[in-house]
Amino acid sequence: MLILQALLSGLLNGGIYSLVAVGLTLIFGVMRIINFAHGSLMMLGMYVSYWLFVLWGVDPYLSLIGSASVLFVVGLAIEAALVSPVLDAPEHDQLLLTLGISLVIENLALFLWRADPRIITVPYLAVAPMVGGVMVSSPRLIAFIVSLALTAVLFFFLRRTDLGRAIRAIAQDREGALTVGINMRRIYALAFGIGCACVGAAGGLVAPFYPVDPYVGGVFVITAFVVVVLGGMGNFVGALVAALIVGLAESVAAVFIPAAMKQIVMYTIFVVVLLFRPQGLFGARRA
Amino acid sequence: MILFFAYIGVAWNILGGYAGQFSFGHAAFFGLGAYTSTLLHLHYGVSPWIGMLLGGLAGVLLGLLSGFLSFRYGLRGPYFALVMLAFAEMLRLSFETWMSKSHPLGLPIPLKGTSLLDFQFKDKGRYFSIVLVMLIAATFLCHRRVRSKIGAYWMAIRDNEDAAEALGVNAFAYKLLAMAISASLTAMGGTFYAQYFLTLEVNDVFGVQISVEILLSAIIGGAGTVFGPLVGAVALQLLAEVTRVYIRAFSGFDLMVYGCVLILVIIFLPQGLLAGLRRPYRALARALST
Amino acid sequence: MTPALLALSEVSRSFGGVRAVSALSFAVAEGEIVGLIGPNGSGKTTVFNLISGVFLPNDGTLTFAGERLVGRKPHQTCRLGIGRTFQIVQPFNSLTVLDNVRVGAFRTIGNPRRATREAEAVLDLVGLAHKRDAQPPSLTIADRKRLELARALATRPRLLLLDEVMAGLRPAETLEMIELARRIHASGVTLLVIEHVMRAVMSLSHRVVVLHHGEKIAEGTPQDVSRDPEVIRAYLGEEYRPA
Repeated sequence: MLILQALLSGLLNGGIYSLVAVGLTLIFGVMRIINFAHGSLMMLGMYVSYWLFVLWGVDPYLSLIGSASVLFVVGLAIEAALVSPVLDAPEHDQLLLTLGISLVIENLALFLWRADPRIITVPYLAVAPMVGGVMVSSPRLIAFIVSLALTAVLFFFLRRTDLGRAIRAIAQDREGALTVGINMRRIYALAFGIGCACVGAAGGLVAPFYPVDPYVGGVFVITAFVVVVLGGMGNFVGALVAALIVGLAESVAAVFIPAAMKQIVMYTIFVVVLLFRPQGLFGARRA
Repeated sequence: MILFFAYIGVAWNILGGYAGQFSFGHAAFFGLGAYTSTLLHLHYGVSPWIGMLLGGLAGVLLGLLSGFLSFRYGLRGPYFALVMLAFAEMLRLSFETWMSKSHPLGLPIPLKGTSLLDFQFKDKGRYFSIVLVMLIAATFLCHRRVRSKIGAYWMAIRDNEDAAEALGVNAFAYKLLAMAISASLTAMGGTFYAQYFLTLEVNDVFGVQISVEILLSAIIGGAGTVFGPLVGAVALQLLAEVTRVYIRAFSGFDLMVYGCVLILVIIFLPQGLLAGLRRPYRALARALST
Repeated sequence: MTPALLALSEVSRSFGGVRAVSALSFAVAEGEIVGLIGPNGSGKTTVFNLISGVFLPNDGTLTFAGERLVGRKPHQTCRLGIGRTFQIVQPFNSLTVLDNVRVGAFRTIGNPRRATREAEAVLDLVGLAHKRDAQPPSLTIADRKRLELARALATRPRLLLLDEVMAGLRPAETLEMIELARRIHASGVTLLVIEHVMRAVMSLSHRVVVLHHGEKIAEGTPQDVSRDPEVIRAYLGEEYRPA
């Protein structure tokens, strides 16, 4: 029974991870930048959600739009001001830049809102229906469904719309895309913005059941990295599948080993994949 | 404290600035060194000085292990940085689990008196001189290496590993060497830290925070230069002090400032402050000599 | 017949489904200048990569001065005495020209000061001595090629693999490079040269090996090879018939 419970929550978590990871892999696929600040951006999304709820009583799921939009704008701003100057810099400099951004965001949050965890409690979410002997946590379920929906929307966008195709073109063949006249600056900004919006939305989805504090991003960013690496950097579908796998692995592992060690498992997967199969399970999209 | 961070920066710089392998996880060595010497001291009464050397040795071993794994499988650039971070985090979590049972509030180091032998001093000045010696030794070591074959090979690896290999450079071996040296120096720094603050808390010495602080002075001052870490450390500490005086400080404020400085440096002065200062210095020198 | 310095025997290498090199056999004797030519994509650089140890062959053997090359990594083949340049130059951008060459010099010299002197001597030979303190990004293409050459030369190779050193040079620069290659050869280095600039490779080489789709289609003196109908067909396509 415990296993079943674990499998279920793992699956649900996986959905959320996929949303976070898809944003990360999008940014990497298009701009070849590993966004260390992804976790802190998610944290921002969570805070946006929290404040919208506390100040104006906005339902967390409606405020999703708020989180995503705010993060989209923030993403565009960051991209324009901070990221585009270093697009041609060596990779480790780019990583350091995003590290710097994450430091600033995290500590700014610490400054503005202090370290006490904030919790959003929404009454209709307190219901946890039992399905076949397994407890289903509603906020997680909703988060799962919405995450997958959003991910699906994103896929649709990338596959079917012109803009989406332009993004994929740049991700697959930068020079080719240039010769076809695709406006790279705009695409980069857009990709970064969308990536941030994804993670902002993920933050909004998670806020109802996860305590919000400035360091919460750290936890998710590790998992996001593991997912992205496992699925193949730049591989969107891979990220989705890998997210589910990671979610499941995490939950099942938590049944057998103490909580702190769970993170070690994450890290181990990360290291092992990078060492032995850097292209991930599904192969990275090479530009 | 400036000197300390300069020292640590120099240690990191050997691997990061010279050999070009940026590690985000030097906390691993730092904490390992700190804990090795402290635990040996507490449980077996080993003198902290010897503990420091043993910590250095532990650092070498860990460095060789992680280096072997990373380099053997061809990890480069940001992937290497992240994997080192992963290693550091794994160590942190392990120690956290291990220590939380016996010492949930951190490991205090009993005041034994103020003798050189015990590596504890009432007068902060003594610490100052010790770390100064360490810094000078490390810097000297660095300086010697730069013009030598080892230094040349490291910088070649940093700039273009494949080309270096074609010139007969065994990149794997030299990267490991850089790692070993860097790791042992960092570990010894960890011992110093423990003896200075006299309490040891897992998250302090193993956390991402310390990994970042370690690499910060080197990056900001100028990775790959002998005096870069010193310049960086000076700049950072001064900045931290100044802002602390004028703006209401809170924990983590330092980091935010550091983050901003890091961003600014990467965007405007990717070679670090030292390079940035060199140009006006040269212009000044030229202006003065005419 | 003098024993071959470098010998390839039935060497093959595929990437995915593509056979880059197919059952290739040829030898280079000490003191020769051998040209390796062929249309684009015929596998020439792959041959270099196989020799220097960047790739392992799927089949066949390579020997150098009697030693097996297969399984050696690039730094090991360099130690044996094989130097190479890259088609797209790969300088150490943060080091000065002199320091670039020093890295090569350290291959055989341990002492920093002597390494510097050796590097200076090599720079003199290639004609870059006046640029010793410059940084690679500020050099012209011709100078960068010279730097690449100098660096490899500083490792005191017995065999030097030159990968398209003439590419991108103006005619005057090409002549200088040919002269330089001759000077290097005169100092005792065997040369294996990949080249597209026909003038250069034909005038430099004692012998020429022609590759096409990874296979050797001709071998001989420059004159013989340039008249070989197979070679002409490979370069100009099936449609061409000599007038």
